[in-house]
Formats: sequence, C-alpha cells, structure tokens
Amino acid sequence: MLEATQATATIANLESVSLVQNGVAILRDLSLSVRTGEHIALLGANGAGKTSLLRTIHGLTIATSGRVEAPVASEQAMLFQKPSLLRRSTLDNVAFALEARGHSRRGALSAARDALDRCGLYAFADRYARTLSGGEQQKLALARAMILQPKLLLADEPTASLAPRAVFEVEQLIDELCSASTTLVIATHNRGQAKRLATRIVFMSEGCIVEDTSSAEFFSNPVSQEAIEYLNVERV
Amino acid sequence: MIAEAASQALSLIVSFDANVMAVVALSLQVSGLATLIGAMIALPLAAWVAQTRSRVREPIVVLLNASMGLPPVIVGLVVYLLLSRTGPMGSLGWLFTPSGMTFAQVILITPIVAALARQVLEDADQEYGDLFRSLALSRWQSLCALLYETRFSLLVLLLAGFGRAIAEVGAVMMVGGNIAGHTRVMTTAIALETSKGELALALALGLILIAIVLAINVFAHFAKLYLRRRYA
Repeated sequence: MLEATQATATIANLESVSLVQNGVAILRDLSLSVRTGEHIALLGANGAGKTSLLRTIHGLTIATSGRVEAPVASEQAMLFQKPSLLRRSTLDNVAFALEARGHSRRGALSAARDALDRCGLYAFADRYARTLSGGEQQKLALARAMILQPKLLLADEPTASLAPRAVFEVEQLIDELCSASTTLVIATHNRGQAKRLATRIVFMSEGCIVEDTSSAEFFSNPVSQEAIEYLNVERV
Repeated sequence: MIAEAASQALSLIVSFDANVMAVVALSLQVSGLATLIGAMIALPLAAWVAQTRSRVREPIVVLLNASMGLPPVIVGLVVYLLLSRTGPMGSLGWLFTPSGMTFAQVILITPIVAALARQVLEDADQEYGDLFRSLALSRWQSLCALLYETRFSLLVLLLAGFGRAIAEVGAVMMVGGNIAGHTRVMTTAIALETSKGELALALALGLILIAIVLAINVFAHFAKLYLRRRYA
C-alpha cells in the first residue's frame, strides 16, 4: 500500500510553463507531471527544449510563465553534458558537495571515498579530476551528484561525447544508483539508452511535449508525425 | 663611466651595503603590504562584480577598467591632499611615512588587480556557475569557491600587482617625500641619486629592482605553467 502511494506521488509538476529567451520561445505552454520513482527519458531533436526543460525543473532557468513545482535545490542533482569539475583531486571534487552542505571535512572525505568506490573510481581518488578520461569524469560527476542522495536526478545527455564502453559504464551506474528511491529524468539522443534506462518517454518538439507515453509504446507505436520522423531519422 | 659605475654597483650589492639593503627592504615592505591590502579589497570586490546582476555592476566595471590607467602622480597628488595636515585624513599623520606610501600604492594597484581578477572570475563563473547553483551553494560559498578555483591565475595577477607597485615612483615620491632612512625606496632613491650624479648607487638599486621584477615575472610564468600542467 505504501509502495503504491509512493509510486503515484508527484515529485515535480509543471503547469503551462513557457520560456522565452531573447524573443525566442524555448518552451511553449508545457505541462508535465513526474511521479516519484519514475525513470523518464526526454527525447527530441536538437533545439526541442530538452535541456531547457531540465534546467527549468532544476531551477537554473526561471520560466517566463506557468507554474513549476519541484523539490528544493538541495533535494535535486543534475548531471551536465560536459561535467563541470573543480581544479582539485577526484576525492575533493566529491567531498566538496558535502562540505558545502555543512558536513565536516572528515565525514565528507569518508563518504566521498565510499562514493568513489561505488563508481569504480577509488583508485583515482588522489588524481587531479581534470586529468581523468571523459567517461571517468562523467562517473565522477555522477558520484558527486549521488553522494547528496537526491530525490530527483536530472541528467542532460550525460553520455553524449563518450565512447561506447564509457557509455555502458555510466548507464550502469545511473541505473544502479537510481534503482533505489531516486527519480530520474534524462535527456538523450540515444534511443537504446532511453530504452535501457527509462520506462516513460516524453518526446519534445519545438518546445512542446508531443508524446508522453510508456517506453514500450513509444518505440513500437509512435503516434505523432514528429516522433515517427525522429525515429526514422535515428534509424538511418 | 658606465663601466666604473657598474663595477661600483656590483660591489655595493655583493657587500650587502647597509644603505642599499635598507632601501630594498623598505621597498619590499611597502609594496608587499600594499599588494596584500590591495588583494584583500580587490579580490572580494572582483568576485562580487563577477557574480552580481545588480544595476551598479556595469558602472563599477567601467570605473575599474578606467582606474587601471590612473596616472601615479595624480594618485600621489590626491593622496597628498588627503593626508596633508588640513586634509580629511590629516589626523592619521601618514604624510611622509611608509604608511602613506602604502596607502598610495593600494589605491594604484587595487583597481588593476580588481579589473583583471573580475575577468578571470567572470570566466570561471560561466564555467562553474551552474554547478554551484546546482549544488545549492549560498552566494558566499560560491564566492569563496570561485576565488579558490581561480587561485593560480589570481596569484599571477597579484604578482603583477606587486611588480607594478614596486616599480612605481611618482606617487611614493610625493607622498613619502623620499626621506633618507625613513621613506626612501628603490625607485625614489634611483631618481635622486641619478640627479646627484651618484650613478653607482643608482645603478646598484636599478639592478636590484630589475632583478626583483624579473624574478617575480619568471616565478609567475613558471608557477602558472607548472600549476596548469599539474591541475590540468
């Protein structure tokens, strides 16, 4: 009963949200409800508004109109396409997130070591973060996000520029870390990734949500012309 | 004549002549302190300007950029007027003292450090701003983190500021008065000794000044190269 209640509870809700930047409509009268524990993939062509939607949920971008209800910033985490790493060691990059929340240095370092261990980066703890490979950097960003135990993880094409092996490893980590109680919203161009990580697909085009359905339904039976064209192009 | 002066200059340096060393020590003290105070004012100011969206931001940026070209003699004149007995800060008794010279140098180098640091910090804010907001850092935490992340570039800026301060002559001459054993620094001593025809002492001080400025720049250059490689 409790599980059923949690599964239907809404963690983020957007109502008639529009975003206009420099006179260009980025998001248009968009409504979306994200339920606790869901794994959602945002699909759509470049410029469809996926990143802006994530940023709006995360509070990095303020909607021009409409209503955005989301957990407070400290209960969310976001993975960026290009991981933003501090000029510090791998360990300090992770510990920084906790120290900023008032944790003691010792406690933060201890938790950071555990997080790095979970992400397979323990051996790199003392290495300077910016010398890590692209895949390792993204895993580090993931470790830093997850150490905060966010209720909602937003990921903006986190594997866009990674080699297949690194994509696989990052996906595995996201899947593992989000399997507990973390809700996931991931923007991706990778159809396979969307199938592997998400149970619900939100397909966007020109700032609007065109389709919002289950992953199986979307890939087997897309309804909108935009989605059909998008999937056909992706197949090519 | 130049060879003779150079030879005497070298002997003054090698023998650690007391007068020369006193002048060098005062120069380092005044400019070092001015750089430290200037940094304490300029860096937080630059970090605030880099992050703020306040309306006063643009006027401050323009003011800082314009202040980079402040003529030292004008600064000297203004500080002289401020510190003179009838001036608003006359009660401090800083005129013709190292404190007054430090004050003048702080006014000279603070805008330079602040303007250059602002650009460095603004670039860093573009790189880290989203991350800091994403991690829910407070304004103060973001500010401190930005300063920390740019520490190597800022260190180089401070060394440049110190180089500017120690090579300055106009303002310290006017505010310090070039009093022997009290407010005489390398640049003012060089000017005085040259006018007196004491080329050996002027040259000795000149060589030391050039060596200090060169050493600072060499250190700054290699420190930046090393740190950039180390921290990628």
